[in-house]
Amino acid sequence: MIDLKGYGPALLDGAVVTIELALLSLALSLALGLIGASAKLSKSRVAIAIATTYTTLIRGVPDLVMMLLFYYGGQVAVNNLSDYLYDAYGVDFFFQFDPFIAGVLTIGLIFGAYMAETFRGAFLAVDSGQIEAARAYGFSRWRTFHRIILPQMLRHALPGLGNNWQVLLKTTALVSIIGLTDMVRVAEEAAKAERMPFHFFIPVAFVYLSLTAISELFIKWLTKRANVGVVQGS
Amino acid sequence: MPEFLAELLSQNDIFTASTIMEYWGGLVTTVQLVFLSLVLGLVLAVPLAILRTSKNPLINAPVWFYTYIFRGTPLLIQLYIIYYGLAQIEGIQQTFWWEIFRGAFYPALLAFTLNTAAYTTEIIRGAIVATPSGEIEAAKAYGMSWALRMRRIILPSAARRAVQAYSNEVIFMLHASAIASVVTLVDLTGAARNIYSRFYAPFDAFIFVALIYMALTFMLVFAFRKLENYLLQHQRPVSG
Repeated sequence: MIDLKGYGPALLDGAVVTIELALLSLALSLALGLIGASAKLSKSRVAIAIATTYTTLIRGVPDLVMMLLFYYGGQVAVNNLSDYLYDAYGVDFFFQFDPFIAGVLTIGLIFGAYMAETFRGAFLAVDSGQIEAARAYGFSRWRTFHRIILPQMLRHALPGLGNNWQVLLKTTALVSIIGLTDMVRVAEEAAKAERMPFHFFIPVAFVYLSLTAISELFIKWLTKRANVGVVQGS
Repeated sequence: MPEFLAELLSQNDIFTASTIMEYWGGLVTTVQLVFLSLVLGLVLAVPLAILRTSKNPLINAPVWFYTYIFRGTPLLIQLYIIYYGLAQIEGIQQTFWWEIFRGAFYPALLAFTLNTAAYTTEIIRGAIVATPSGEIEAAKAYGMSWALRMRRIILPSAARRAVQAYSNEVIFMLHASAIASVVTLVDLTGAARNIYSRFYAPFDAFIFVALIYMALTFMLVFAFRKLENYLLQHQRPVSG
């Protein structure tokens, strides 16, 4: 085993933080993606305009800039809000905007836009006859969605979802820049203190590599499951 | 400078001529970094993609390994390893390489180039593999050699299939270049961070820079759409 100079436990904690961050951002991005896709496919012009602005804005701005804006700007916004509440209503409210929250919000928001595009395509790929049939059986909108549309669109959405997840996982490394003690941050501090960059960064790179490799296997398994009822040409 | 702009600047605490110049310097650094890494990455990626499609495992496996490593780890880690690691190489400080790599620009350029070359290699490989076999058979039937076939048939045809995915990679690279600011390089994001910390004005500093990035992104999208139209001209339906 390589000697991590006593940074082993801190690195392990950092890895847990990275995974938590990635999973929470994924949950947020899936929710935003579904909402975004539904808005884009709705008949309401306002909803379409909002969703289109959202996905366009996100795709134009680098993730790091957005993260810095949310982290530093978020604290200023919270401070302003707390001043206002205190002046106007005498409410003593304070909230420390920490890097973890800023990270989840930013990554969730960014990948929500990409997920929305993926889901939109997948929704459109579901045969409209299926939906009509569900309606004819008297299914409610919600029931049509979760019994008919969701299982069938998943098959089309999975390749895109898998891709987004792999990119999302690697984007979590950026949160170390705004001060979250994830494994990148720990490795950076250790590497500077011990003057051994390879010694600390290569194991961290390896952890990311194994996370992406495991995800790949998992996505393959999910794809196989989602395609169970599909007859494929040989 | 138009008068209204001069007036606006003189009344603004943050966006004075000197901060605008700082953003301008950052813009130049960002554009240089992204442009050079994309060109070098593309130059590396074309031969690598050809090697990657080789049937000999001794040739394609090392290329696969390279792309797998660089696509499976965050660019930030690659940048850290190159930036901090190069200085630790035994004896580098006595060679001329040290003059090149002691700053932050060239380590960042190296990291970005290797990263984008890995992604581009896979994009081009996918496009080469998808070449319709009839095109290759026809080229063979004409007696074209391997090199001629590659140059005249396979690569041009692959370029058409790759351009869409490559445009995404270019935009990804522009956005990824923001992390150069972490290794003390004053690119666009670096300039925004300096201005933020000088005025403690996160919204002004970062929203302004976000708008610049957005303008750059849309320019790239527009340019690639033009390029795509040009490359796929012969496939457009004839309409009256």
